[in-house]
Amino acid sequence: MKFIKFLLLGIVFGIIMTKSEAVSWFRIQEMFRFQAFHMYGIIGTAVTLGVAGVALIKKFNIRDYQGNPIVFSPKDKSVSRYLLGGSIFGLGWALSGACPGPIVVNVGYGYWAMAIVFFFALVGTYLYDVIKNKLPH
Amino acid sequence: MIELLTQPWSWWFSGAMIAAIMFFLLFFGQSFGFSSNLRTICSAVGLGKTDKFFDFNWKSQMWNLVFLIGAILGGFLTKQFLSTDVPVQIAQSTIEDLSKLGIGAPESLQPAEIFSLEAMLSLKGFMILAFGGLMVGFGSRYAGGCTSGHAISGLSDLQIPSLIAVIGFFAGGLIMTFLIMPLIF
Repeated sequence: MKFIKFLLLGIVFGIIMTKSEAVSWFRIQEMFRFQAFHMYGIIGTAVTLGVAGVALIKKFNIRDYQGNPIVFSPKDKSVSRYLLGGSIFGLGWALSGACPGPIVVNVGYGYWAMAIVFFFALVGTYLYDVIKNKLPH
Repeated sequence: MIELLTQPWSWWFSGAMIAAIMFFLLFFGQSFGFSSNLRTICSAVGLGKTDKFFDFNWKSQMWNLVFLIGAILGGFLTKQFLSTDVPVQIAQSTIEDLSKLGIGAPESLQPAEIFSLEAMLSLKGFMILAFGGLMVGFGSRYAGGCTSGHAISGLSDLQIPSLIAVIGFFAGGLIMTFLIMPLIF
């Protein structure tokens, strides 16, 4: 039962991603070609509200539903891993037209081809682990 | 109400809803980061027995796997009950650019040239899907997050690493769109 809230949030997330068309390969191409505001509007609105909300959580020490403090852990300092890793991610994002969330939402929508993308994303995660000691971090 | 929901949603409503998802996850003691699930699944299928990176208590991430299952259901429910299956209304300039790559104007959510069963079972189509997925999985773990973890959660917390990652996302996306795709399509 404690997981039902996450199931419901996931369902709403899947609906948002589909109805906003952020799961569409066409929308991702339109974004990378700077030919419409749509995707920038979605991400920009989410981040603007996100920045305001996170600042409020920190300012008023807002706690979670169990009364624990909401903590934001700073990510490790580095440039190369974020720039290189991010660029490889971007290559895949533009080619497949989907990042990890939309990949599975597309599978639910009935695009079985996205199951191949998902499977190989798992392979890619594993591959990273195999060669990570040889990569700059 | 239902009519309003079955139309494509506006960018501002969609963006606000995504922020709401992030805040609900924070309120429930978790954080919004989807690609962690890829690592969790690798661990759950037993890779953790032989490998330190996947040797963590993946059951602590069960909530996120449940969220993933919800996302699949969300896609399914939208298709069944909230979809009018109208073609995605992308810019005319994008339609023209894509036609040069052999991708026709939208007829539904995704281009049949890439995501139809026919395309999926062709060698070239399969390779596009496989390499796309491979780079998404590899890159998100290397960068320590994807669009949700870095572009939404990380930027909301004003984290410099996330900003660098997002710059990387765009660098890679632009290279693929303008330099590589004209060669492979």
